[in-house]
Amino acid sequence: MDNKRRKFLKMAGATVLAGISAPALVKLSSTSAVASGEGGQAAPAASHGNAGGHGEEQPSGVRLGMVIDMRQFYQDQGLLDEAIAACVKAHNVPQIPDPKSEIKWIWKTGFGNLFPEHSQKLRSEKIKNSQFPALCNHCDNPSCVKACPTKATFVVEKNGIVAMDFHRCIGCRFCMAACPYGARSFNWQDPRPFIKEYNADFPTRMRGVVEKCNFCGERLALGLEPACVEACKGTGAIVFGDLNDSHSEIRKVLDQEFTIQRKPSAGTMPSVFYIV
Amino acid sequence: MYNKGLIVSGLVIFVLLVTFPIWFNGLDAGPLPKPELPPGGEKECVAPAAEMRDSHMQLLNEWRDDVLRNSDRVTVTVGGKEYQKGLQIACMQCHSNKEKFCDTCHEYAAVSPTCWDCHITPTELAKKEAQ
Repeated sequence: MDNKRRKFLKMAGATVLAGISAPALVKLSSTSAVASGEGGQAAPAASHGNAGGHGEEQPSGVRLGMVIDMRQFYQDQGLLDEAIAACVKAHNVPQIPDPKSEIKWIWKTGFGNLFPEHSQKLRSEKIKNSQFPALCNHCDNPSCVKACPTKATFVVEKNGIVAMDFHRCIGCRFCMAACPYGARSFNWQDPRPFIKEYNADFPTRMRGVVEKCNFCGERLALGLEPACVEACKGTGAIVFGDLNDSHSEIRKVLDQEFTIQRKPSAGTMPSVFYIV
Repeated sequence: MYNKGLIVSGLVIFVLLVTFPIWFNGLDAGPLPKPELPPGGEKECVAPAAEMRDSHMQLLNEWRDDVLRNSDRVTVTVGGKEYQKGLQIACMQCHSNKEKFCDTCHEYAAVSPTCWDCHITPTELAKKEAQ
């Protein structure tokens, strides 16, 4: 009896010892393996270090954008109405009088609503009394696209436009909550009775669908400028072009003038710039 | 088999009920729809008539994805005339009467596509102009 118990205790002790020491042994042997291969691994680590740091991502491809020169709109507030009318006509945008259900592609708003992050104190009369154009910013990092559960809104690879496929929109309005600029409108009712004149080349929308400015993707395909840009032609009030092309007209304007963007802190990187 | 009479007569009644639409109409599927050919006299479509009849819905879906998603707005040339891909801007340029073309078959087949909830038919266009 005693002999058996003695043997059992010995075995148990040895097992516990082996169990404790095994991981330590494995660890020791593995570190020695790494140490022997250190010379080979040092070189790639150094080269990786050079590429590190958080510099700006290099832009690629076409990214369409807009510069809105408010100096032209201060002079002639009628110009903005013309630009809006051109958009309304081109896209069958319904004119709903109730502000709760109105549909906006490009619309008029005050400085305070457009740039809430900027100080509103002691602004000039010109700024206080003028209406500013607002539209979808076609962001480089669009929050609406991330919010959309059906991919009804997406970034067009070819030109960076934040486009919509109305066929796919299920009207969940997540994108409206995600957009920091209020650039999206929901059709609470059939929009057709509120459309004064149809553009036969563009569809209307139906009840239960979200819509917004599409940077006139359909007009660009035909080699035309966006409707609002065309309406302001000759004044230079709205400059449209490729932000990634350093020789484009829009880049020349951006190089020369001081411009601001809406809500830069939202991190969406808007493609619409304002000269205020 | 137990209750042979009941089961057989029940089955007969069931089959008769289920096939009611067929025998009630005298084994006739009714007058076949005759969609109106383009009023402008165009003879060619983007694909042969039989293919269009079978799969115009797939073609429209492909066009939609090409234009909206893939930015592929390559035009289609039919009978020497160029058309952009689209229901409103291609199909309805020739088939200008939705009621006499699209609706005839859709009603016969009891399908109700949602195309015209958004796309504007020439009738709708004329109605707006009359206002």
